[in-house]
Amino acid sequence: MSKIVVENLAKTFQIPERRPGLWGALVGVARRTYRSVKALDGISFSIDSGELVGYIGPNGAGKSTTIKVISGILNPDSGRCEIDGLVPWEDRIAHVKRIGVVFGQRTQLWWDLPVIESFDLLRDIYAVDADEYVKTRDELVERLDIESLLNVPVRLLSLGQRMRCDLVAALLHRPSILFLDEPTVGLDSVSKLVFRDFIREMNTDRGLTVILTTHDMDDIEALCERVIVIGNGQILSDGPLAALRKQISPERLLIVEFEEEDARVSGLNAKIIEQDGHRTRLSFNPEKISASELIAQVAAQHPVRYLFVENPPIEEIIARMYTENSL
Amino acid sequence: MNIVNNTYVYFRFLEISVRGQMQYRVSFVMLSFAHFLTTVVEFVAVLVLFDRFGSLKGWELAEVAFMYGIVNIAFSISDAATRGFDVFGTMVKSGDFDRLLTRPRSTALQLAGQELTLRRVGRFIQGLAILIWAANALEIDWTVMKVGLVIFAVFGGAALFAGLIVIQATLAFWATESLEVMNSLTYGGVFATSYPVTIYRTWFQNFFIFFVPLATISYFPTLAILGRTDALGTPLAFQYLCPLIGFTFLALTLQFWRFGVKHYRSTGS
Amino acid sequence: MRGYGALISARFRTLLQYRSAAIVGFTTQIFFGLIFVMVFEAFFESSSLPQPMSEPDVITYIWLGQAFIMMLPWNVDRDLQALVRSGGVVYELLRPMDVYTAWFSRAIALRTAPAIMRSIPLLVIATLLFDMSGPDSLAAGLAFGVTMIGAILLSCAITNFISITLMWTISGEGVSGFAPAIVMVFSGMIVPIPFFPEWAQTIIRILPFSGLVDTPYRLYLGHLPASDLGLLFGHQLLWTFAFILLGRWMLSRGLRRLTVQGG
Repeated sequence: MSKIVVENLAKTFQIPERRPGLWGALVGVARRTYRSVKALDGISFSIDSGELVGYIGPNGAGKSTTIKVISGILNPDSGRCEIDGLVPWEDRIAHVKRIGVVFGQRTQLWWDLPVIESFDLLRDIYAVDADEYVKTRDELVERLDIESLLNVPVRLLSLGQRMRCDLVAALLHRPSILFLDEPTVGLDSVSKLVFRDFIREMNTDRGLTVILTTHDMDDIEALCERVIVIGNGQILSDGPLAALRKQISPERLLIVEFEEEDARVSGLNAKIIEQDGHRTRLSFNPEKISASELIAQVAAQHPVRYLFVENPPIEEIIARMYTENSL
Repeated sequence: MNIVNNTYVYFRFLEISVRGQMQYRVSFVMLSFAHFLTTVVEFVAVLVLFDRFGSLKGWELAEVAFMYGIVNIAFSISDAATRGFDVFGTMVKSGDFDRLLTRPRSTALQLAGQELTLRRVGRFIQGLAILIWAANALEIDWTVMKVGLVIFAVFGGAALFAGLIVIQATLAFWATESLEVMNSLTYGGVFATSYPVTIYRTWFQNFFIFFVPLATISYFPTLAILGRTDALGTPLAFQYLCPLIGFTFLALTLQFWRFGVKHYRSTGS
Repeated sequence: MRGYGALISARFRTLLQYRSAAIVGFTTQIFFGLIFVMVFEAFFESSSLPQPMSEPDVITYIWLGQAFIMMLPWNVDRDLQALVRSGGVVYELLRPMDVYTAWFSRAIALRTAPAIMRSIPLLVIATLLFDMSGPDSLAAGLAFGVTMIGAILLSCAITNFISITLMWTISGEGVSGFAPAIVMVFSGMIVPIPFFPEWAQTIIRILPFSGLVDTPYRLYLGHLPASDLGLLFGHQLLWTFAFILLGRWMLSRGLRRLTVQGG
């Protein structure tokens, strides 16, 4: 029996239109028109207890809408959803007691107050048993190393510190499911690693079911065994990450800046996209030649000032999925 | 999560809000004072008009001041307690309302607890001062019943004003921009019901008795306390009990709020 | 110059979008107007002493006030308030515009668009249904027109000034908190100034706020002779310039303080 079952969810929004120009504005005062946006067009998937699933797609694909529906915030127009035996939007209060939600860049903590007071207030809001709360809180505080931040007002925290506090806050009531909506946006690398470590541990050691929406492919690659891809309100792909990788072109870019102007490379197991002045762009398949091998080859040919490796952005992957699916 | 627990959580919310504001102590004092000045200046209009005209259709300054005091105290309580609803328009636009929906408490409770705007104490003090002055000037024959009625009227009034703000907040679900409509109705109501409703034309009286029953806060209770006969002929019992209407009004508006939340949850922001 | 014009136009257009607010505002202003009229009617009925303004004049005065109420500096530009609060006000310095004039342009839109949306229907209704009368004479009407422009400029200068004071307050309220009450009372919006005791009238007439309401409406009524136009318009302009100068000075100091402190 799956923990989260979603079947044929559909949701269409009506957006009021704004007319251009001054005359348009005056006319708009009298008459208002709307256009329809199909945010979800028949979404189906099911997630078992203890899975860590990535939910990706370009902006406007329907990720946030899906999260809103399964967290109980939004009713769908049609379709079915059951989470642990409850319909999220019908039994909102009972449902949200069992889930934790972290919205990236938007803290749920109270701005002017020390972190610990936000935690205590959440304990009261979720009616957590006092002893249970202390135990859970202390465990999480230690695990995320925020002991020194407990008495600091939230407004004084850095983004990375706030993220850690928000993670604790979301888990104080021991939910069995955690939704993470773009949690790593704007975080520094260290914080991202801390975040990933923590989520991985919560998932493997504590069996926390996690759904993660993100634009950051590194988050996905570090955490998710399974990835669901959504585009234009439809599921484009649902399966192991490795399969997704194989599905799309595995090309990566190596961008090199040489010491010498007009340094040119040749004979590499990579495609030369362009060479101009100090810069050279190469495209390579990491299954055929690893990044470090290629870098070694390139450096052997000319002295290098600096270089970096780029993954194809997720938008490109999805765009390819569109063309492949003729959307 | 029963009513006792919900009440406890409400007071926890208020505690948090007060503590947050106390961090800015200087600002709080300054703002309270500014608020006090604002409300005092509003009373100036009443003074000026009585100075010119002498009386108002058989009502003297102290009697009107008594009503003014009750209405302003009632409004100040509501004004302080309903900030969450008052600024709800911005919350809906910024999408922060979603966070409230992820918590296992009613949204109304969370908004009610969002802030207890302490600086409104400025209007409270002004209203209380004017009420006390008026009571003294009128040499009222105080009984336990009458004192109880004043308190009852004040809280019934606070509930009524709060209901208006709840309506304003609920309307924000439909309007694409925040509507300050209720501000006019509340401030207009405070102004209008500081005067005895009998001075207005009949249809207007009915508005403030039946539609937005603010007359139940000031006019009817004042009649009972001053021992005046009502030109409209209401019995004493009604005058004592009518603040109940304010509480009923609030309960009705909360139903409207629930309807608004349902709408939000089916159409998104 | 074109930049400011574009700013005004864009802001104006945005404000015209707020049609629900305009409709609701229109309704509540009729409501308010009726309350004021009835209160005054009741007072007039209670005394046979001669009053500084006739009852019909007071009625017209009240409806003029309600029609143009949105023109008064009773609120600040919400966007600017948010901008100051978030610290993003520093980015205003990055635009190729004089910040004060840019904000003033916004104020012009803020003080005209909502007022226009409400005033036209309100004036029509008030004339047809509520005994509002036309200007006392052609001269009165013209004087009214000129001083309305003066009132708008004055209002923009005061609005801008209040917006600028937001840079000095911690919670972003401060002056904007009690400005509405001060404006309402001392402009003559709640009670026409001739009703105030003589000693108070002298003080109030010096203050800037009478230029917002008392001046144009009493010229309209002929209560103030049109020949006083020069003096009264001068009063409006003088205070307008005073607020502009003060506002500019405060703005430059405020921006400098923010850039030094890091916002």
